[in-house]
Amino acid sequence: MTGVAIVGAGPAGIAAADALVAHGVAVTVIDEGREAGGQIYRRAREGIRFDVDALLGADAANYRGFHQTFARLRDRVDYRPQTLVWGIADRRLHTLRAGKAGNVAFDALILATGATDRVLPIPGWTLPGVFTLGGAQVLLKEHGCLIGRRVVFCGSSPLLYLAAKQYRAMGAEIVAVLDTTPLAAKIGAAPDLLAAPQTFVRGLGYMNALWRANVQLHHGVKLAAFEGAGGVERVRFRDRSGREGTVACDAVAYGFGLKPETQLADLAGIEFRYDAIFRQWLPHADGEGRCGSGVYIAGDGATIGGAQAAALTGELAACAVLEDFNIKIDGVVRPVMRRKVARLRRFQRGLARAFAWPVDAIRGLDDSTMVCRCEGVTAGELRASIGADFGPTEVNRLKAITRCGMGRCQGRFCGLAAAELTAHAMNTPLSTAGRLRGQAPVKPIPLAISPAGSAAAAARGETSAPA
Amino acid sequence: MTGRLVRAVAPDAPSVRIRIDGEEVTAYVGDSVLVAVLAARSALRRHEFSSEMRAGFCLMGACQDCWVWLDDYSRVRACTTTVADGMHVLTRPPDFPA
Repeated sequence: MTGVAIVGAGPAGIAAADALVAHGVAVTVIDEGREAGGQIYRRAREGIRFDVDALLGADAANYRGFHQTFARLRDRVDYRPQTLVWGIADRRLHTLRAGKAGNVAFDALILATGATDRVLPIPGWTLPGVFTLGGAQVLLKEHGCLIGRRVVFCGSSPLLYLAAKQYRAMGAEIVAVLDTTPLAAKIGAAPDLLAAPQTFVRGLGYMNALWRANVQLHHGVKLAAFEGAGGVERVRFRDRSGREGTVACDAVAYGFGLKPETQLADLAGIEFRYDAIFRQWLPHADGEGRCGSGVYIAGDGATIGGAQAAALTGELAACAVLEDFNIKIDGVVRPVMRRKVARLRRFQRGLARAFAWPVDAIRGLDDSTMVCRCEGVTAGELRASIGADFGPTEVNRLKAITRCGMGRCQGRFCGLAAAELTAHAMNTPLSTAGRLRGQAPVKPIPLAISPAGSAAAAARGETSAPA
Repeated sequence: MTGRLVRAVAPDAPSVRIRIDGEEVTAYVGDSVLVAVLAARSALRRHEFSSEMRAGFCLMGACQDCWVWLDDYSRVRACTTTVADGMHVLTRPPDFPA
């Protein structure tokens, strides 16, 4: 037996590793991060120290618990940080670490690849100073840095309020929080949000703290543009009654919830199904993360559920592996875990309504707005392509013709908008526009890479020293 | 030119000297290339297919909008690469020898 490979060292991956190691299974954990933690439990790097309790509040205990678990596990697994899995073929992961190629064979594979911000194109979104909301938080947690001095938080996400509170505590001026979802939608989602009452109450607390600090707080806005010369200087928007507003700033953090990183799931051959609530195609698994053929999936990389659900689904996926390996499972009550996951996912469905993906804003994008920031493709170019005789009717064909989604990010940040624009132009349901297929390498790799210590690497003057 | 990022926590780490387009700036051990450059500059690089300047976007290794050149003709993703003393970052492609 060659063991289990886990991709990702966030809450899902580490919970899975913990359960497997406890049952004597050999585990390899491969992660792109410098240290374990994923995005949510990202650790401060060398020389950066701050009060974790003050910054993370109620999450501080979870953060500590995670890192204690990992410290205990670190020497009991084959842990490979700063390692990219760029391809999967013949039950092997193809990896890259510090310019050196490698591969990892597996009997079972658990994908715990996490999520990135779900964003939509907004005029000016490529200006320096405009960052994703999750990115703004990661920069603070890892480097103790703020994205700017006078920051606008916008989009629609529960993280808007948490991030604004954290930035304020660390000395940023919060110019405004502009939430595109009306307050009424939030109230309407309350029954589902009460599935996780503590989190719900905490979220209300963040909002209240900003309100009491006299931060400009708008619900139901339409974001018109990020503007500036050489960098963002202001955000233009319309408030809920249609009045135009402008706020001056030197940085913007925006996001519309999260989006699973599914490229490796695609390469592993997992079936995808359309999810009408998230308006996305998601990897399909059974209730414990089984996708078939020895492949399992857990955490936000499968479906957005948050850190708690990620850890639970990681443990469930590990149990599924143990069961499929005919190893007796000790000390886990799976029905209870499944019920908890179901409740947390119900909460996420509530969040999806309380912080909605603004479909109309995408449909109404001006032709001149850049949709694909890698290749510089505008909404107008996409519409012209779709509207042409025998034009594309789904996103992969659209990509082949326009290069939208063909750049370095592989459609991570334009793919959803491209699908919405395609469906709208065709006047068909979103599911018919398809999804951009993942391709190896899932992230850029050098044109020439060779195994460490090989003659080819030596000929290029590379040493075989580890990074 | 002033920096875009604000160091809310002063790094308690040795300083390193790096160059950005030939100009020397101070950074700290543990800084990513992105942090080091954007603490001193307002942008990271020029976009390949337009005249736009870019300063990264996702800050977590997904969007690939922060790849910069080094003077040894290699390219690095600025948000996930740690600075090293003497590193020379180029915001535009280097001049290749004929």
